[in-house]
Order: sequence, then structure tokens, then C-alpha cells
Amino acid sequence: MAAPVPAVCWVRAAAALLLGCCGAALASGVQDQAEQFFRSGHTNNWAVLVCTSRFWFNYRHVANTLSVYRSVKRLGIPDSHIVLMLADDMACNPRNPKPATVFSHKNMELNVYGDDVEVDYRSYEVTVENFLRVLTGRIPPSTPRSKRLLSDDRSNILIYMTGHGGNGFLKFQDSEEITNVELADAFEQMWQKRRYNELLFIIDTCQGASMYERFYSPNIMALASSQVGEDSLSHQPDLGIGVHLMDRYTFYVLEFLEEIHPASQTNMNDLFQVCPKSLCVSTPGHRTDLFQRDPQNVLITDFFGSVRKVEITTETVSLDSDLAGFESKLPKDELATEPLKYAEQLPVAEIIHQKPKQKDWHPPGGFILGLWALIIMVFFKTYGIKHMKYIF
Amino acid sequence: QLQLAVPVAVVFAPGSVPGDLPRPLPFRDVQEMEISVNLRTSITSRYETVYRSTTAQEEAALNVATAREADAALCPLQDASLGSLTVYVVPETSSVLPQGVSIYVGKHRSALVRAGPSLAALRTRLRQLTQVMSFTASSIATALSDRVPDSQLGPDARRHLKSSLGYEITFSLLNPDPKSHDVDWDIEDAVNRYVQPVLDKLSLVANFSVDSQILYYAILGVMPRFDKESSSFILSAHSLPHVINPVEARLGSSAASLYPVLNFLLYVPERSHSPLYIQDKDGAPVSTNAFHSPRWGGIMVYNVEAPGSPQASLPLRVDVDMVRVMEVFLAQLRLLFGLSREELPPEFLLESPGNEGLADWELDRLLWAHTVENIATVSTTLTSLAQLLDKIGNIVIKDDVASEVYRAVASAQSAMAELATGHLYSAFQASKEAVTSSERAFFDPSLLHLLYFPDDQKFAIYIPLFLPMAVPILLSLAKIVREARQRKKEPTKMD
Repeated sequence: MAAPVPAVCWVRAAAALLLGCCGAALASGVQDQAEQFFRSGHTNNWAVLVCTSRFWFNYRHVANTLSVYRSVKRLGIPDSHIVLMLADDMACNPRNPKPATVFSHKNMELNVYGDDVEVDYRSYEVTVENFLRVLTGRIPPSTPRSKRLLSDDRSNILIYMTGHGGNGFLKFQDSEEITNVELADAFEQMWQKRRYNELLFIIDTCQGASMYERFYSPNIMALASSQVGEDSLSHQPDLGIGVHLMDRYTFYVLEFLEEIHPASQTNMNDLFQVCPKSLCVSTPGHRTDLFQRDPQNVLITDFFGSVRKVEITTETVSLDSDLAGFESKLPKDELATEPLKYAEQLPVAEIIHQKPKQKDWHPPGGFILGLWALIIMVFFKTYGIKHMKYIF
Repeated sequence: QLQLAVPVAVVFAPGSVPGDLPRPLPFRDVQEMEISVNLRTSITSRYETVYRSTTAQEEAALNVATAREADAALCPLQDASLGSLTVYVVPETSSVLPQGVSIYVGKHRSALVRAGPSLAALRTRLRQLTQVMSFTASSIATALSDRVPDSQLGPDARRHLKSSLGYEITFSLLNPDPKSHDVDWDIEDAVNRYVQPVLDKLSLVANFSVDSQILYYAILGVMPRFDKESSSFILSAHSLPHVINPVEARLGSSAASLYPVLNFLLYVPERSHSPLYIQDKDGAPVSTNAFHSPRWGGIMVYNVEAPGSPQASLPLRVDVDMVRVMEVFLAQLRLLFGLSREELPPEFLLESPGNEGLADWELDRLLWAHTVENIATVSTTLTSLAQLLDKIGNIVIKDDVASEVYRAVASAQSAMAELATGHLYSAFQASKEAVTSSERAFFDPSLLHLLYFPDDQKFAIYIPLFLPMAVPILLSLAKIVREARQRKKEPTKMD
């Protein structure tokens, strides 16, 4: 009877050892995941979403931007950390059959405009200059806090741009352009001042890949909806509204983002696979050579969501409630301020009846003068001085 | 490169002088240590030590029963300028220090050290002590974190608040269930009694502004689990990162100031989810019931006891115990600034700073780190501004931008000079001025490079206009020159 008992004991010991190993492996696995969680090194998230077109037939660009805005808000980035630039002329456009709505799915399934859209730069404020000011931080001091990008060196920024573009440029509101060189320089200015930790740049325009060709600052990952020479196509028209509602690339990216929730572990490689050529007709491209981490380790929520690092507080300060209440040691300097008065303004009548200022006359400058002198001299030398009398 | 000088005074009580002193007391000694930040940058730290023996008053002060009384008695006798340290060496058999403790660090800028067997042992203890009380290689590396290669920094190197000219502190009370709890907190009184002394002490470092708010129906983003054994609700450590997000949208921040905001939230759980405890990674409940997020702020969960009788009328009146809450919030504030007390060896005894929140030497630590960080920021900003000006040749620098740049350079140089002589306070003030000026110069709205056209764009606009017009002009010029040459040749032929 002695033999089976030690065998059982041995089996039990082996099972206990195995369980112990598994437990240790599991614990270390969780530990590893926790370490990886910390590896991204950012403490806050910002998003800059720009729609660069206006007019009714560019409905899909506004719907693109608003859908990305919704996803980003759903995954946790608050409005105070989102800079939204839209022409905002869709919802109240006279041609909109459903006023105060912007739909992103046909059959009017999803209204992305809603009640709580916070547009920071609207209508004519969406200019290249304002966009570059937001990025580089060179904003006039009177700008309110909601219009600023107050990122620091631990911020991950998502920049999404959509509109009409070409090889090396992006058209802003039908009147100006931003080139890829300017964009790359703006990002370099941001890097010099450490205004970002990592940057994800997504662009959905025709020939979008040309916009990220010139980047040279570190820690930038870029995605585009089409390569140079290809056009990005729109997805589906809605017969009730009469325009195309979304672009293909953004549509499939949003379908992908619908499955992401704040705790998901999906990484960037999956985002690169979104919208293959069969669905998108154009070939999406991406650029990761400037990015220091492997895209496999980059979570989608690192950019689209706002998942904060937390630490348990284990220390306390011991306060003595009896001691408190003494006068503070430092003198509080009370400045006697004058009561503020409403500013004196010029009476309006004076302004209206002011005579226009006399503008001094300047003789024409050197270049124009020289040019005219050259033209006249050449004319008369070529055709002879005898023509002079017919002119004067 | 940068030199940081720390004036240290080592005072030997009678009976503690080690036998192997190189020179008779008093004498001066300078120790230099090099902290290399990256391949090109390094910082030299100089410890200018003065060794002397105690005066009669100091001896009397050291003859008391406990270290705390000694510290209090010694305080008025020291040179208390910012950045300086005084170390009193007591004999090995002295009873001023409790058993097993060989170093006692006081609330101000002094410490008591038990004498070792030889000068070398004393020196190692002194080096350890001065590093704790002023700066270490890792704290300097953290301050200069954007110059250190990533592999050298620890994972938590960049979580402390960056040096800024001001901070905004917001205390928020979250009450998701106003029907059950009528929560009242006397925040104004608590801020005046407990928070204001700490902020007064920190006022050297930055400007602080405090505000508070109460938010109703603010729920956390995570559903807590019910734990049958303790019949309480549990928030586990890995769900904590998702707690903050839904609340953050409603927290708001002052529209006027651009300073970083620190949010301290007090959450009173709903009746149906009480009591709510936070569990750490090992499953043990956290004693403070609070957690914090680097560079953002902290959250504490305040549990309200269930009413004694089921017929108690709702809503229950809850008066928040502000002392308990402020103890946790002030600890979180210290941790956010990077003043933690955990990493010291056991033979150290640290005096608790009491209501002031932080000891003088901890303030010094903060000032050293912030001064170095400020100087590094100024040099980075001005270098990148110079690079921008190099790249865009025709940028116009306004006079005030130029004067800000000059002021920034002058202040940075004076800050470095003050650091090298050990005047921490004036170095910090100079570095703050330098940062303000350089930021103002760099972020001046007129420096947008979009406003200056590059040369290739100028060509691209003017050539299509003037080239067609210029072709006949140039051809005619060529004809004139040919004719003139021909006429010169003709007279010689016409004979």
C-alpha cells in the first residue's frame, strides 16, 4: 500500500509545481502587459481635425471630419483637447433638406452633427495661417483657450485633414494652399519646441501620400488614403440629400474604429490594413520610418483615445488640525485697485465724418521706372526716332 | 557646461571628530562630480564643504533628548539661505539619534549624522546625504529629459510636472447621487487652513491659483464589481485608467489662464455602490482609497457609511472630513511635483514637515531641478529660433522680439553664473526670467514663416507675367548691339 501513496503525492506535487509555474507566468505576463502599457510615454492626448473645403458639394469632407470627431470623443478625448476646424456651412445650408443635421451614412442613419459639436475655427477662420498658428503656437495673445493647442512634450497628437489636394499641396477653402514643405516645417517647429511626444497624421485627399513625403521630424507616423497619381474616391451618394456623404477611406477607417473601445489592445498594423485596394479603389499608404516604436506596439487608443496612466497613492501627509489656522507667514500684498470704468470711446459721429487721410504721392519706384525706360529706349532704337513726332 | 555648486557646512560636535582628518579644523574642501547627460552635455556638481567644530550654542542645542528638539533649536543658528546645507556630526554613542538610525534629516536645511569609525565612512554618508537633500544624477537627468537618450531614462522619468510659471489647482466634489447624499464640504476653510500654507511655501516656485466646484450626476466610466467576501464594491487597478474620461469633459478649466491645471477630485459613491474600495495590483485594498495620474491630478473615493436604520430619510446629510481628504490630496500634490519619500535606505529618518507640506530641503530639490530644466529649455528655444531665422532669410525681426532674445540670453547667463557660485534663489529667479523672455520671443505671432515668401514662389509668379513681355525686348536689345557693332566696322570699309 505504500507505493501508490507516494505516487499520488508525487503527482500532486507535480501538479502544484505546474500550477505555480503557470501562476508565475501569468503574473509576469500581466506585469509585462502593464510595462508595455507604460511604454508609450504619453500623458495626454490632443486631436486637430481639419476640414479644408466649403460649399455644399463638399458635404462629404465635413461628414468625414465630424465622424472622426465623434469617434475621438467617444474614445475619451474631451472637447478641451480637440481643435476642430470646419467650414461649418452644411448644417444650416439652404440646400440641406434636413437642416441642423449632417449625415454620414446613407438613409440618414447617423447624424454626426448632433447637439454638442464644438467647432473651434469655423467658416472663414479655417485658413492656412490659422492652421499653422495652431500647430506652432504662435497665436496672438487674445486667442481663447479653446482655440489653442496647449500640448506639451508628453502629448500624443492626432492630426486629421481632409479636402481636395494634389501632388504636394492641399487646397484650403478654394482660395489658398498649403504645401507639403510648409507642413513639414511646421512639424519641425513643433518638434523643436517639444510640443508633441508622438504625432499621427491622417490625410484623406486625392494624392494624399504626397503630403507626408517631406516630413523629417522624429516620432511622426502618417497615413494617407491614396498614393501620388491616384484619386481618393467618395463612398456613397444619398439620393435624399443629393450629395456624396463620405469618402471611402474614412468610411472604412470609421467602421474599424467602431470596434475599438477604450480598453482595446488593437495596434496600428490593423489600421494599416484598413481599406485595401478592392474596397477603396485607391491604394492607401503609410509612413513609419520616422516613428521610433514598432507599429506593432502602438495601440490605437494611444492616439484616438485618452487612456491615462495612473498610480495608486500610497503616501499621506500628516496634518495637524490644531496647528492650522495661524496667519500665513508671507505678507499678502493688497494692491488698492481703482474701480474699473467702462472705457471711453470715440463718439461715433466723429469717426464717420472724418476726412480721408491724404496719402502722400510717391514717385514710381526703381524697378518700374527702369522697366519703362528700357521699353521706350528699345522701341525707339528699333523703329527709329522719326516715330517720336507721331506720339507727342 | 553647467556647474552646480552646493555650499555645505559640516559641524563636528565634541567627541565626534574622526581621528584621520587631513587638516586641523576648520578647513574647506571642494568635491567635484561629473554627471554626464548625453555624449555632449555634462553637468559638474561641486560640493563646497566647510568643516568646523561646534560653537557653544550649537553644543547646547545638541544636548537635548530628541532629534526633533535638536533640529528646532539649531534652526535659528544656521545659515538658512536656499540651497545650502548644514550637517551636524554627533558622536556614535550620542542618544540624540534613536537606535538604528544614523542619519536624521530635519524640516529645514540641516541634518544630524552619527559619526562613523573613520573619515572615509563619514564621507560616504555625507555624500549620500547631500545627494538626497539637493539633487542626484537621476533627478538632473529627469529635469533634462529631452536631452537624455531614451534608453537611459527609467519608465517613470517624465511623469513629474514640467517647470511652469504657474499652476491652477481645481478641487472638485463629484456627487453622482444627490437623491441619497447631500454632501457638503467646507472647501474654503480647508484650503485656507491646509492647502494655503503649502502653496505659500511653494510660492517661490510658481504662482498658484485655487478654485473649487461641485459636480452633480457625474459618474465614473467604470462599473465597480461587487465583492462578496467583503460585501463592498471594488475598482481594480487595471480599470482605473478609464475612470477619468467621462468626468474630464465636465471638469472645465479657467478660460483666462494658460497654466497647467491640476485636478483633485473627491468622489462620493452612490448609495447602491457603497462602500467602494480601490484595489491595487495584488488585490489588496488601498489604504488611502485614492489614485493619481501624472501631470493631471488625483482622485479620492470617500465612502459614506450606510444609515443606521432603513427608515432614515434620504438624502443623508454628509459632512466631509476635510482633514482626511486634504492629507491625501496634499500627498498627491507632492507626488505630482516629484517629491516622494519612499526611496531612502532604512538608516535615514526623515522629519515630517507637518502642516507646511514640504521641508525646506525638498523645496531646494525642486528648485535645483526646475532651474536646470529652465536653463535647458531656454537654450533649446533660442537655438531653434536661430535655426528658424537661418532657414528663412527674409524674416523680419521686430525690435521687441530682439530685446526679448537679448534679455533671455543675459538672464540665462546670469542664472548659470549664480548656479556656479551656489546662490540658488537668484539663479532660480534669473532662470524664470530667461524662460519667460525666450518663450515670448519664440512664440511671437509675427514669426510665422508663411508670411515670408520663399524665392521660388516669387519666381513662379513673376516669370509667367514678364517672360512673354521680355522676349521682344531682349531680342531688340540683341539687334541694337549687333547694329552698333556693324556701324563700328563700316567706316573702316567705306573708304
